[in-house]
Amino acid sequence: MAEKLIAGIQVDCNEQGYLTNPEQWNKEIGLEIAAEENISMTDKHWELIDYLRKQYKDEVALTVRKVGKSGVVDIKEFYNLFPNGPLKTASKIAGIPKPVSCI
Amino acid sequence: MGVYTNVGVLLFLTIVVDMKELLILGAGTAGTMMANHLKKSLPKTMWNIRIVDHEETHYYQPGFLLLPFDIYTTDQLKKSVAEFIPKGVHLIREKIDRVDKDKDQVILQNKEILNYDILIIATGCTTAPQEIEGMLGDHWYNSVFDFYTYEGAKNLRDKLRTWEGGKLLVHICEMPIKCPVAPLEFAFLCDSFFSNKKMRDKVEITYVTPMSGAFTKPVATKELNYLLEQKNINIVPDFNIEKVDAERKKIIDYGGKEVEYDLLVTVPTNMGDEMILRSGFGDDLNYVPTDKATLQSKVKDNIFVLGDATDLPASKAGSVAHFQAEILTENIQSYIAGKPLKGAFDGHANCFIETGKGKALIIDFNYVQEPVKGTFPIPGIGPLKLLEESRINHLGKLAFRWVYWNILIKGRAIPFVSSAMKLAGKKIEK
Repeated sequence: MAEKLIAGIQVDCNEQGYLTNPEQWNKEIGLEIAAEENISMTDKHWELIDYLRKQYKDEVALTVRKVGKSGVVDIKEFYNLFPNGPLKTASKIAGIPKPVSCI
Repeated sequence: MGVYTNVGVLLFLTIVVDMKELLILGAGTAGTMMANHLKKSLPKTMWNIRIVDHEETHYYQPGFLLLPFDIYTTDQLKKSVAEFIPKGVHLIREKIDRVDKDKDQVILQNKEILNYDILIIATGCTTAPQEIEGMLGDHWYNSVFDFYTYEGAKNLRDKLRTWEGGKLLVHICEMPIKCPVAPLEFAFLCDSFFSNKKMRDKVEITYVTPMSGAFTKPVATKELNYLLEQKNINIVPDFNIEKVDAERKKIIDYGGKEVEYDLLVTVPTNMGDEMILRSGFGDDLNYVPTDKATLQSKVKDNIFVLGDATDLPASKAGSVAHFQAEILTENIQSYIAGKPLKGAFDGHANCFIETGKGKALIIDFNYVQEPVKGTFPIPGIGPLKLLEESRINHLGKLAFRWVYWNILIKGRAIPFVSSAMKLAGKKIEK
């Protein structure tokens, strides 16, 4: 666990750069992480980020299938917005943990 | 009072006092456990317990991992469902159509209606290979296999007996799956199996997963990553399969990534029972929305859920059903008495992980505590080591088959192992 300065704010994050306290997130932080991940954020990107943060808050486990049925994007659109490991990338930008298994 | 007076009173009570109906759907691991627990806990003059399952065979599912390698025989994995249903619990061998939660009824496929006062859903989850385009076809059980079903494991056993080598993929379609570590165990066992057959150099083993790695928790990643290198297992992470191109022998993901194979061992999409879909209250994978602590469904107060059928953020595993069963029994008794449900399931799971060459790990964790090193079940003494390979752990895994048939599904407690996970004996960094 470490602290990192993102968008001028000290946030707690793990070795991979995921926020460990999603409450510390704001849009500016999301924007800076997106830039690090080479993602140019559009309104659609943010709509999806909002959806992911809500699911996390409701303790719903995120999968590509679930995102595809979100009503925000289908799976192909999800990949267009966040190429290369979309759930992993989008979770990081959204300031939530990436999906995990038991080990 | 005399004997005849006692009998008379009992008969009078039975006629005058309406027997209540407790109905369990599913007689697999979880349903069978609940039948045994509740038979012991509920007064027999007040509660009629019935359990519904069309299956005749109760399989020891952890054995499906070992059957492809001829470590178990088929006989060692099968017993009858009926053998484990206690006397006094009525087993109804019929297929379920759906639950009508508004009428407190279950409708069977033969049109028979079962009324209930309390319903326990324990219908589990199963593989749905049809969910992925191109998964099924002539190549199914030819070059593409699952080992999550009896048929799959048996057919794979026959294939592995004569397979001469090539690119072997061990693959997960999507999460969640029951027994989430089993695919990794399968890859580890492949390494031993082919080494023993003096053909390890003819086999390229690749583990393909939708997760971001073979390990996703920090301590497990640090402690166990060496196994992948040691056993020469390649990893393709972040792979969300879109389709199987069986003709060209490759799997393709939504991002266009392709992985070739000669032999594909996949864990198909796992879904809850279709009767949940027909009942109109499942999520997108047919799991029932359930309170993660009390195990009461979010559908209606008198419907409870345990085992693989829930949507809980807990692993889908037999040990989880065992720990849940103890909590749920307590909560059903409170519910009947009109008291608050105080039993709180903490997500406890306890699982063996075969690592090949006669060794295994054991992990013990819950909703908030990731697997860490330590001793189990007795702090400081063990004899089992958490998150560390040992031969005793492997013997423990093999011995567990006896524990399953004789203790677990009969609703008995395992000595020294409580339903709530213990922190004692664990090496937790502050």
